[in-house]
Formats: sequence, C-alpha cells, structure tokens
Amino acid sequence: MVSVKEIPGAMGLEREQLLDLYYKMFLSRTVAQRERMLNRLGKGPFAITGEGQEATQVGATFALRPGHDWVLPYYRDIGVAITVGQTPRDLLLALLSKSEDISSGGRNMPSHFSEPKLRIVSGSAPVSTQLPHAVGVAFAAQLRGSDEVALVTTGDGGTSPGDTHEAMNFAGIHKCPVIFVVENNGYAISVRWSQQAAVPDVSVRAAGYGFPGVTVDGNDVLAVYGAAKEAVERARSGDGPTLIEAKTYRMVPHSSDDDDRRYRTREEVEAWGKKDPVVRFQKWLEEHDLVDRRKLDEIQQLAAEEIDEATEYAENAPKPAPESALERVYAD
Amino acid sequence: MAEKTMLEAVHDAMFEEMKRDERVIVMGEDVGEGGVFRATEGFVAEFGPNRCVDTPLAEAAIVGVAIGASLNGILPIAEIQFADFSHPAFDQLVSEAARLYYRSNGTWNCPITVRMPYGAGIHGGPYHSQSVEAFYAHVPGLKVVCVATPHDAKGLLKSAVRDPNPVIVLEHKKAYRLYRQELPDEDYTIPIGVAELKREGSDISLITYGMMMHHSLKAAETVHEQDGVSVEVIDLRSVSPWDKARVLESVKKTGKALVVYEDNFTGGFGAEVAATIAQDGFDYLDGPVTRLASPDVPIAPFAGELEDFILPNPEKITTAIRKLASY
Amino acid sequence: MTAVKEAPAALKLSDEQLLEMYYKMLLARTLSIRQRLLQRMGKGAITYSGEGHEAAQVGTAFALRPGTDWLYTYYRDIGVVLTIGMTPAEVLTGFFATRDDVNSGGRNMPSHFSHKRLRIVSQGAPVATQCPQAVGTAWASKLRGLDEVAAVYFGDGATSTGDWHEAMNFASVHKAPVIFVCEFNQYAISVHYKKQMAVENVALRAQGYGMPGITVDGNDVLAVYEAMTDAVERARGGGGPSFIEAKTYRLVPHSSDDDDRRYRTKDEVESWSARDPLVRFARRLNEMGKLDERREKEIAERVASEVDEATELGEGGARPDPESALRPVFVEEKGS
Repeated sequence: MVSVKEIPGAMGLEREQLLDLYYKMFLSRTVAQRERMLNRLGKGPFAITGEGQEATQVGATFALRPGHDWVLPYYRDIGVAITVGQTPRDLLLALLSKSEDISSGGRNMPSHFSEPKLRIVSGSAPVSTQLPHAVGVAFAAQLRGSDEVALVTTGDGGTSPGDTHEAMNFAGIHKCPVIFVVENNGYAISVRWSQQAAVPDVSVRAAGYGFPGVTVDGNDVLAVYGAAKEAVERARSGDGPTLIEAKTYRMVPHSSDDDDRRYRTREEVEAWGKKDPVVRFQKWLEEHDLVDRRKLDEIQQLAAEEIDEATEYAENAPKPAPESALERVYAD
Repeated sequence: MAEKTMLEAVHDAMFEEMKRDERVIVMGEDVGEGGVFRATEGFVAEFGPNRCVDTPLAEAAIVGVAIGASLNGILPIAEIQFADFSHPAFDQLVSEAARLYYRSNGTWNCPITVRMPYGAGIHGGPYHSQSVEAFYAHVPGLKVVCVATPHDAKGLLKSAVRDPNPVIVLEHKKAYRLYRQELPDEDYTIPIGVAELKREGSDISLITYGMMMHHSLKAAETVHEQDGVSVEVIDLRSVSPWDKARVLESVKKTGKALVVYEDNFTGGFGAEVAATIAQDGFDYLDGPVTRLASPDVPIAPFAGELEDFILPNPEKITTAIRKLASY
Repeated sequence: MTAVKEAPAALKLSDEQLLEMYYKMLLARTLSIRQRLLQRMGKGAITYSGEGHEAAQVGTAFALRPGTDWLYTYYRDIGVVLTIGMTPAEVLTGFFATRDDVNSGGRNMPSHFSHKRLRIVSQGAPVATQCPQAVGTAWASKLRGLDEVAAVYFGDGATSTGDWHEAMNFASVHKAPVIFVCEFNQYAISVHYKKQMAVENVALRAQGYGMPGITVDGNDVLAVYEAMTDAVERARGGGGPSFIEAKTYRLVPHSSDDDDRRYRTKDEVESWSARDPLVRFARRLNEMGKLDERREKEIAERVASEVDEATELGEGGARPDPESALRPVFVEEKGS
C-alpha cells in the first residue's frame, strides 16, 4: 500500500475532501446571502440564516454518512442541509414557499429543513423540541441494531428549555448514538449568553449526564470536524452521546425581521467579521498550497452558477394550489 | 387624547402600570431590548434591568418563576414571545397557576399576567400563528382575554395586571399595527368578561373576537350596503369569563346567530358560544346557530396562498351572513 | 460523598435544639405510621409518607427561619412541615380532608402541604413544578431587597424534568437565594436511579449551572443540617443558589397504593432499615450524653400523645359542605 502523506492539521481529510468542505461552506454562505437579498427584494416574506456559522454546520455534518445518519437541524442550518445533500434549489423553493418545496410544500417557514431521503427530520419553531426527537431516532437505531447515528443542533438559547435537559438525560441513560451540537453564537436573538447561563462553557453540563462534552472553536472548520468525527465514532461504536459546543458568531441579524443594531455594537460585529470562518478556511487552504487563485475562482464560480440557476428555477416554480392547505393533516 | 396603535397601547398600559405600582415587572425573552414586537421599548432605560428582565429561553421557567414571584410581593407580567411557545409552559399555567387558589382553599392566589401575541395572517407559519384561547378558556382558574383594538388592549391589559387571578392576555398580532385609535389621556380599565357591541343591528347577531372582529365589521358593512341586511357585531373581548348575557340578549333581538372565530372549527371557543346559544337561546332562534372558523388543519401554513385559503376573511363572512339571512 | 468532619454549625446547636431535632424526627415518623395505619383502617383514601427521610427533612428545615423563609415542599415532607411549625393536627386534617384542613380544605391530596402563615406554598402533583416557583419567590425576595430565602424539596425523579433544569438555570443566572434540596431515595416510585440518570451523584449537575452542589449523607441529620446551614448563609448573603443532594432511602412504599415488593428486595430494604436515621441519631445523642433512657421515654410519650390528640381532632373534624366544591375558583375581590 502506498503511504499517502497526511496533510498536517487536516484531521485525516484529503485534498479533494478539503475542497469539498470549502465548497459546501462557500455555497452555504452564498445561499444565505441570496435568501436575504430575495427577501429584501420582496420575493419572500421571511428569511432566517446563519452567516458566520458555516464552519460549525459544515464541519460537524461532514463527519456523518449522508443519507445513512440522521440530522435534526435548527433554523440556521443551511450548512447542515447543504452538507447532507440539499441543493440551493431545495432551499430557495422553501424560501419562496413553492409547491415543489421538498421541506414542507410551503407549509413551514423557510430554513425549516426536511427531507426523508436525506434523513433530515422536519423541525418546528419552538426552540429545542428537536432534541428529544433526535434522541428517539438514535434510540431506535440502537434498538434496531443499526449503526446509524443522529446529529442534532441547537443554538445557545436552545440549552435553556426543559426539552434539552430531558433529551440529554435520556441519551445519557440509554447511551443513545446521538451527537448534540450547540452552535453557541453568543445571542438568543438579543439575549446574551451571560443572561442565558451562569457558566462560560455549556459543555460542562455533559458531565452531569454522564457523557463527554467539549468546547471547540466553532469558526475553525477542521476543529469542529475533528470533534464531530470523534463523537460519531463514539456513537457508532456504542459508547453513547457527546455534547459539542462550538463557539461562533452570527454575523447577520437573527432574521429578516430583526435589527441587531439594537443589541450589539458594530465594532463587535466587525471584530467577528475578521474571524469569518469561510475566509479563514480559504486562507488555510492557501497556506497549505491546496488551492490557488484559479481553483478558488473555479469553486466560487460554480457556486455562483448553482445559486443563479436555483434562483431562476425557484422564482419560476408554481405556487402551491390554495386548496392543498387542506391536505395531509393525517396520514392515510 | 393621543392616537395610538394597539402595540403602543400595550406598551403604554404596561408602562403606566409599572409607574403606578412599583411591584409590577415585566419578564420574558428579549424584553430587555424591547421585545420582538417592541412592546417593551425603553423599559430598561426607564425602570432598570430588575423590572424589565430578560429571561433564559425557557417558557416553563418564565411562567413558573412568575407564579413564585407573585406569591412574594411582585406583580409579574410575563411575556411569551408567541402564543405558540406557551405549550412548554402548559403545565405551569394549567396545573399550577389555575389551580393554586382552589387547591389551597383560597389561601394562595396568583396575580400574574401572561401576555401572548397570537393569531395568524402574518406569514408566521405553523408556529407563529396559532390561536390558543380554547385551550386556556377550558381551564377554571384562568382568565383569558383576546384583544384586537388599541382601546381594548390598553384597558384590558391594565385590568389583567390589577386582577388578583392569573390572566392570559392574547393580543392579536395582526392587529398590532392595523390602525391608530384615539385613547383617553387619563387612566382607564375595561372589566374582564364584558363584551362590547361594535356595531348595532337587527337581523343577525355576529359574535366574534380578535382579528375576526375587524373582518366581521367589514362584512357587516358590505351586506348592509349590498343586501340591506342589518348585522349586530359583538366583540367578546374576554373568553373566560365571557359575556353570555350580552350575547343572549342580542340573539333574543335578532333571532339569528353567527359565531366567527379564527381557530380551528372543531372545539374552538366559538363552539362553546354556539352551544350556549343553542341551549339557552333556543326559543329566540329563527335559523341555525352557525359557526365560521378555520378548517381543521394546523394554523397556519406559511405560503400566502395556503394561509389565505384557510383563514376566515370578510368575503367568507359575507357569504355566511347571506346564507344565514336567507332563513 | 462529602463527609461532615467536625460539623461546626451542628456543634453550635444547644442540647435543647438537638433534642428538638430528635423530637421532630420522631414526630414525623410516628405521624407517618399513624397515617398509614388510619388509611389501612379505611379512614382515608390515600397516604404518602417518607419514613427514612426524617434526617434529610428535619436537618434541612432546622436551618431555616420559620415564617420568614419560604418552603416549597413535596409530598413526602412531613418532617419539613412539622419542623417549620405545622402541627400534627394540621397534617392529619389534610389526611382526613376535613372542612377546616389548612392545606386545602379537602381539595388537594394528603401531604400536599400548604400553610400561608408559615410560608409553605401549596403544591401540585406534577413533579418539580414547584422548582421554578421557588426560584420566583426567592428572586422576588432579592428584587425587594429582603433577606428571605426559599427552600425547594423534591425527589431524585424530579431531577429529570425540564422544569427542574429551567429552574436551576434561572436561579443561577439571576442569583436567586434558593436552596434546592434533593431527597435522593434512589427510587422514583419503582424506577431505580440508574434508569433515571447516568451519574452516581446528581449534585454533579450543579456545576453545569455555576452553583455549588453537595452530596451529603441524608441519614445523618447533623451532616444535613451542616450542609443546609452553609447553603442558607450563602443564599442570604447574596451568594446565590445551592444544590444539596441528601442520599437517603424510603423505608416504606411510595404510597398506600404501591407495593414496593414489586421492584426492590426485602434484603435491600432491611439493609437500609439498619441505617434508620432515627435510631442512628438517638444512638449518637446517647453517645454525646444528651439523651438518656428517661429523656427518650419522655419524648416518645409526648409524641404519642400529640399524635393521638391530632388523630382525634382530625377524625372529629367537620366534613366539607359538598357545594363548597364550587368555590373558590377565582379571587372575587382584590385579594393581595
């Protein structure tokens, strides 16, 4: 066997994988920006995105086997959806609530991802209700003797509801193959972390449930990937859950209805802008001679084309038939 | 007299109550920065962070902590950001706040106010649109009001704050910025449990509340102009307790009753109103007690086409009035 | 488990206080046994009690100021409410569900304590709902600049609920002067704690909220008193909440409707009987030279006559008027 020289710090990923990782981050960013632009143009009544959290979302999800493992994302997780295989077209059809919207057929808000084929479980808006679901999905995989794992995300505000506690406790007792990812961006809409919890790192709570908790730099995609990879291996081999807290920042307002100038300074936002995870990973790739300008242009061009095609498709797609609102209240 | 939107009226009601009585505080998610609807704008500057308190994102705690604080000399106004998010606090509202006074044989009472923006029509999807009044009106020990005008919002919210019982104030969010209304400069309250005649009429009694009241007034205007049908529109304003006497009095006069509500048809609060009219007003009736409500699907789908299709609107109400008038 | 070394606070207790503690523990035990007996005789529909928990209950309550500090008890806390000042008759009128039952006038189940003057807040049955309420009461004391604290009691099962988590989190963020007391008796009805949590000591969770958590031998009344005194001082001094896990054992079934032979062995129950907190404290007092046979007998006689008297009062209490079931749903006039 020919020994392949490992790329230092790449967590065992090879060049093609690293470029894929970058592409997914860049594409996620592009989709988010397009969504907010379309909203401002009056083409969708609401947009909710998570620019700045791509390293966390893509890095954690990259450790999964898409379509085999389960994801239960929250409403900022464009990066999670993209990484397991949703397309910009899927996301924009949801933004514009078109009939073909695979997530909900125009019933749920945009960024409430769902796709059974990709094992993305539909989520709601009340925060952290997806955590017990994820534990249940993982518990079922365990009961069925399957090696599937579930990855569930929530924000820092999502650590406060009772559902989170009940989910983690259950997962700890039954050693469910689930990975809890807290995307700690420092704000629950306007409420700062110090008003949300009296501890600096929420990962410390994992010990109280009898499983490991780690805090990672959520703007470092490889660090997040590394932590997730370890957690997935643990889960898959029957060692139970892990809590990963990824410290990151939402560079945009909470949603298209929010004005974040009310609760945080421009200096703070700009300081985090300098830590932009997409730019940071790009630099890393360049420093390791894994991409050159031409390759980057190629990747970025690909994303741009994909997003333009998706926009055009979604804008021209038919709206749902009004009377379809009456369908599918109960399963047949 | 100053012209205010309903949102400003809600803001002013709380502001004035906090000025009047230093025991009054507001607590909830994001209220420190003014709240997602801006109902507590400027409160921290005026009253400090101890009286306008950002809570962790945990509704059971918001209501449970409010209950405990109310037993110890504080009058909390708890804000649930959207009524749809009150479900995690259902236990605290239904098993605790509502039952505390009765189960202690009248020794402990729970003077909390729980505000919840509710209702559809704003592209809120299935989790920022629900009507929850039927859940809570079912529970003895809770008072529930549904407000949709600036004047009513201010007067009823003040009554809620001053009430020694737990009161849920449901504010229809589509009505928040619907229009401005002149409000008295002086302090006033509106008693909980008293309906208001929003339009006098002689042919049909239309009983409604919330956003549907505005739609019903439009429909009443239309049938008056186009068909010469005279519709009396009663805004319940409170659903627990509710003004049965006022409703029966009207039905006695008109002989016909149409109940319009935004919630799902089955088991919505309008079903209680209709049953009461059928039972206690049978002798007055010249036509079937009729209900118009949303169909039994989750309220509300996000896409505008879907949402519009399910919600009652002036056109649907007009049709229902015409049908009932033909009896 | 934190061993109580020399128990400085406990050492400050006078002989009188030590004997008072013993008296309350015996009173709680005797009253519990009486209730179960009366229930078996068909004189009441149900009983809940906590024989075996007396050290945890009396030891914690003894560190509070009756009528000033607030209590949110749960349905096993006969020892807590007696220590704070409820009389055996007030407990038994709850059991008999009489008209004048101070707890609820026959509306709530027995052992769902409420006593406004003593600041014992009425409780529901859903587990841990009292936790956020206690935090609210304590937080109100803080907002009002008072030095009152709140103590909230619950079992090990309660630590699994969302309300418990939300309460712990709120209390620590807002530094509410509240003491969380977990009477860890290993069973949530029939569910063993190993199926309730994946940790040995639930006090470990306190660090996740940034508050001190201590595990204490809940069958050692002085150790419990010591831990509680620390926590109360901390709360009163503005240091915020604490969590106390008192490891103990329920020597009786969950309630008069439960048969604990279904889920635990006789050997296990017997091994814990050998650690009976009451016997243990009597022995310790005896060793300390504070309790001789004569004193022990005196206390036992006093307790017996009080419980007899309370039984008579309870049994003879007026029945509620049936139509009073319709009241009081709402405060009809401005109450508070």
